[in-house]
Amino acid sequence: MRCEDLNDQLAGVIDGSAVLDRRTSRHVESCLRCQAELAQYRRLLRSLRQLRDEPVSVPRDLSALIAARLDGTAPTSPWTRRVAYAGALAATAAGAAGAIALLSTRNRRLRLAS
Amino acid sequence: MSEVHPPEWRDAGKPPPGDMAAWVAAAKGGDRQAFDEIVRATSADTYALALRLTANEEDARDVVQEAYLRAWRGVKKFRGDASFTTWLYRITANCAATQLGKRARHRHEDLDDMGAELPDLHPDTDPEMRAEASVLRGRVSEALEALPPRLRAVVVLRDVYDLPHDAIAAELGITEAAAKVRLHRARVRLRSQLFPTRGERGEEDAHAV
Repeated sequence: MRCEDLNDQLAGVIDGSAVLDRRTSRHVESCLRCQAELAQYRRLLRSLRQLRDEPVSVPRDLSALIAARLDGTAPTSPWTRRVAYAGALAATAAGAAGAIALLSTRNRRLRLAS
Repeated sequence: MSEVHPPEWRDAGKPPPGDMAAWVAAAKGGDRQAFDEIVRATSADTYALALRLTANEEDARDVVQEAYLRAWRGVKKFRGDASFTTWLYRITANCAATQLGKRARHRHEDLDDMGAELPDLHPDTDPEMRAEASVLRGRVSEALEALPPRLRAVVVLRDVYDLPHDAIAAELGITEAAAKVRLHRARVRLRSQLFPTRGERGEEDAHAV
């Protein structure tokens, strides 16, 4: 059994996300190199878990940025929804009117050409 | 649920610290002010997660905004079977995955191959003997940033934020088995970066010559 081949498994043993078969377990228990690697994985995992409490520099305007993003998309205000709905309807109507105008112009031109 | 009234602190003018359950209940009833309180209470943590997932401040800002937008739109569907923070973390993870996907497509980069250039983490020092825990954490942070985004996402969500494997798999759009493979691969890379063995050090020396 080559220790190098166990790398991925050792990385999972530390939190039970990988399980060793009996033969591999016996090897790891008696192998100093694998034991040392296991200890390193455990240290790594401890450090990773502690990272969550490490302070991170947060942009000052973060709450304001989020609030601005939420504004105008609020699903709570029926009035805002009605305005948005009316706006969308108006835009659709204007678009449709434009399309009809274009079509009729085009038809007129076709008629004139023929 | 829409009958839920705003918490009493609204009348008093200032909220009691950390009354998340009341804010969530009010937000579920459509109370934007209560949701703003949630944002104020949680945005620093959410930003920290986004920053660790994306390793880029600009991306982290975008991800956080998108995450709260999705949370606000979906807060009515929050069932309370996990903590609100966990729910928010899952949304953030999903937004970060989308953002990283967009970036990769834009740059024509393979997410698994990114970050191949690792920073010099002083492999000649022996951290087991010399480094303090805080120093190690600093180096872990650097090594995390250098990981390919797909590996980094899994190890950050699992080992730093303690999200369950199935939640990670669901938010990243991969199978649980794939999530575990990525997790182990990420740990292998981090370990060999932070605790290089003699052979690994020898290889680095050979490349350097």
